[in-house]
Amino acid sequence: MSKKWLAMLLAGGQGTRLGQLTNALAKPAVPFGGKYRIIDFTLSNCTHSGIDTVGVLTQYQPHLLNDYVGNGKAWDLDRNIGGVSVLPPYQAKDGGHWFEGTADAVYQNIRFIDQHDPEYVLVISGDHIYKMDYTKLLDAHTQKHADATIAVIKVPWEEASRFGIMNVDQRGKITEFKEKPDVPESNLASMGVYLFNWKLLKRYLEEDAVNELSSHDFGKDIIPRMLGDNKHLYTYAFDGYWKDVGTIRSLWEANMDLLHKTDGFTLDDPDWRIYAGNANNPPQYISPWAKIERSLINEGTMIFGMVEGSVVSYNVSIGKGSLIRNSVIMPNVSIGNNVRIENAIIAPHSVIADCSVIGTENQSKEITLYGEQQLLLSKLENTLP
Amino acid sequence: MQMKNVLGVINLVNDKPFLKELTKHRCLASVPFAGRYRLIDFTLSNFIHSEITDVVVFTKAKHRSIMDHLGSGREWDLDRRNGGLHILPPVSPDKKVKGDLQQFHEHIQVFKQTKADLVVISPGHHVGKIDYSEAVDAHRKKQADITILYKDYEGEPVEKPIYHQCRMLRDGSLLDIDLFTAPLPGAHVCLETYILDKALFIKLIERCVEQEEYDFLKDVVKANQHKLNILGYAFTGHLPFIHSNESYYKSNMDFLNPEIIHDYFYKQGEIYTKVKHEAPATYTATSNVSNSLVANGCEIEGTVENSVLFRGVKVHKGAVVKNSIIMQRGEIGVDVEIDGIIADKHVKLINEQKNTEAGKIHVIEKAAIR
Repeated sequence: MSKKWLAMLLAGGQGTRLGQLTNALAKPAVPFGGKYRIIDFTLSNCTHSGIDTVGVLTQYQPHLLNDYVGNGKAWDLDRNIGGVSVLPPYQAKDGGHWFEGTADAVYQNIRFIDQHDPEYVLVISGDHIYKMDYTKLLDAHTQKHADATIAVIKVPWEEASRFGIMNVDQRGKITEFKEKPDVPESNLASMGVYLFNWKLLKRYLEEDAVNELSSHDFGKDIIPRMLGDNKHLYTYAFDGYWKDVGTIRSLWEANMDLLHKTDGFTLDDPDWRIYAGNANNPPQYISPWAKIERSLINEGTMIFGMVEGSVVSYNVSIGKGSLIRNSVIMPNVSIGNNVRIENAIIAPHSVIADCSVIGTENQSKEITLYGEQQLLLSKLENTLP
Repeated sequence: MQMKNVLGVINLVNDKPFLKELTKHRCLASVPFAGRYRLIDFTLSNFIHSEITDVVVFTKAKHRSIMDHLGSGREWDLDRRNGGLHILPPVSPDKKVKGDLQQFHEHIQVFKQTKADLVVISPGHHVGKIDYSEAVDAHRKKQADITILYKDYEGEPVEKPIYHQCRMLRDGSLLDIDLFTAPLPGAHVCLETYILDKALFIKLIERCVEQEEYDFLKDVVKANQHKLNILGYAFTGHLPFIHSNESYYKSNMDFLNPEIIHDYFYKQGEIYTKVKHEAPATYTATSNVSNSLVANGCEIEGTVENSVLFRGVKVHKGAVVKNSIIMQRGEIGVDVEIDGIIADKHVKLINEQKNTEAGKIHVIEKAAIR
């Protein structure tokens, strides 16, 4: 049976700039917002947009991610026809190899896509925080009879040179795509959300695969080539909250954004819930000695100390006399008594001894990532539901 | 361990609407508890941790709430190809159900078809961590015909005769059962939880129904106390007796104790419930929470003390919630002060002061969803 559309979710990113957090985890599996993993946002977007077939392309440290995504039941993606499929690199008769780029990852799974015979393929990335109704993107795409539509967001001009920037005409048709331009001519940044007509994309992927000079990347190779062939590529302007959480600071900032409801971004919209895989935790216990302000606290926590402006995940205990300020406490962390943590991210499975001091008062200077690497590696499996 | 051969039976036929307002529209087993659970979650989770994966639930009336909660059973890992969860309502809903045996008899094929050779029956509302595999081991080792679980009564004396008491012989076998008594502390209260051989169970059901006897405890257990080898099994763990608004309130407040939280939820075997995917709870600059249980989806701008807040409760600025239980989606308006309240789901207290006399619990009924 043919599908109108399906999504290919790129989840193989190593996330090297997240330091120890991604020693044993793919970036999309990094915990976020007290109860989620980064990939929950894109998977939930798919569900709410009515996309019932999602291929999750994994590569780097895939075990936890594979288990976490599982049959997709948490996201209502355990469907009889379609549903979620985890797609790691594989061996075929004529050999096999690692995914060598984002385009190669999709190219290697052409058969998976053809099985579902979709008209459109949505390519998204599992390492961004945003809530987006992809049906609006599809509507814009079909209205303009586009060959491909790329979701863009306006970024501050001074930051534009960090992004893939689209130059467009008045109708939103893309005239030029520039990856991290020194002198940006526009501030429309690519969100890493692409919608393609499958027949066309397939042809470009096949041509790209045999091009030895190509780096097999959507941004660097496929999109410029389509533009060079005068294909109709349009932008779709998204005006909600969107954040790339590729660095320790941006990950910390995105967590803090939840407290400030930056750009109206919240997690409690009943019509756009963010689903998460490990959601069964007992209610949080707030002791008589606790004091909590301006914070997000997940279930499965026991709090005896003070928490200010922080995000606290499940299976966390915070001891008496401790102060947690402007910090992110990831799952399965035990914090002793009289500890002081400021402007820090505490990695999963950390054990913080009594009277420890972590982080600095000045958040504009640095955000501390605290994690004991060995512990992180050895206890990885316990973070699974 | 041969727990694979055990059928778990949750018997809601003898449901007792002990909690007036809270059990008006739902059975006791379906009453919300401890911030995010229903009473039945404890029995189902105990079953799954005891490796009982073949479970049937006999419901009598008021089953919408329980059906909605249980669904396919997947939250308890009971969506199975073999066994799993089955809900069995009365076959003829217009006919009066004369007793649990009648309903067991109507569904006798279920017992005949299951591969299990042993049946564990529970009333589905006990809040405890009962390891059924231990009780089953004792049952098998002692070659009992029927094993009855009991617990020594704790708490305030009961006013009404609602509990059945087991009188035990020194060797642990049952001397007699006194039906409908008001137990004093220390009395062996029958937990209406039984273990028995499936073949014997089927035989006794069929024989009783033939003789127009319809009550399991009276006609199967008590009537056969001299003919069968009936043994008692004392449950000594934490298990509150819930039979009134006061005891329900107190048993919730028991959970404002880190040790009890740890024993129930963090030590071997979590308690599963229907997951709602609420966001983490939000605390603002004006929130002031102490000694409380808070579930996800709550938004707290006011003061909360010695209370239990279920999922999605909103406490607005200046509001003070003390010694209260606020169920799912409750809302306490700006500057509203409450003390000693049990508010059922969707109750909104706006612009009113709800103060009750000290020590008295006031229950506010479930509000209709807008």
